[in-house]
Amino acid sequence: MLKGKKVAILGDRDGIPGPAIEECVKSAGADVVFSTTECFV
Amino acid sequence: MDLENQARIKDLTDKYGKEDLIVILGGAEAEASGLAAETVATGDPTFAGPLSGVSLGLKAYHMFELKDDVDAKIYDEQIGMMEMVLNVDEIVEEVKTYRK
Repeated sequence: MLKGKKVAILGDRDGIPGPAIEECVKSAGADVVFSTTECFV
Repeated sequence: MDLENQARIKDLTDKYGKEDLIVILGGAEAEASGLAAETVATGDPTFAGPLSGVSLGLKAYHMFELKDDVDAKIYDEQIGMMEMVLNVDEIVEEVKTYRK
């Protein structure tokens, strides 16, 4: 499902941060076009 | 969802189109994750940001839902710990709601 898709990542400092999601989706062949880590505090 | 990020998502949708772009969330709570999924699907429900009244129609998934799509070793290294401490079922159920 991820292969060849453009992916925008909204990570969470208290959950899963952006860079961790990036590592995962890149392994599935997705193209990361935006990645950030939000902080809800 | 961060107002600046709403603007970025809007720009990316204009650039790539909603068919090719998906949003992946890493939220720690069901409510916040659902709010982000709703914002990119049907618009900002709090009417605070650039996506107020803007229905982008994007599909959002939580990282937990994509476990089977990614390399198992990398998933374990990067996500494994949070999978143990967060309420995975509750988060996934909430995020799914906004893809129907």
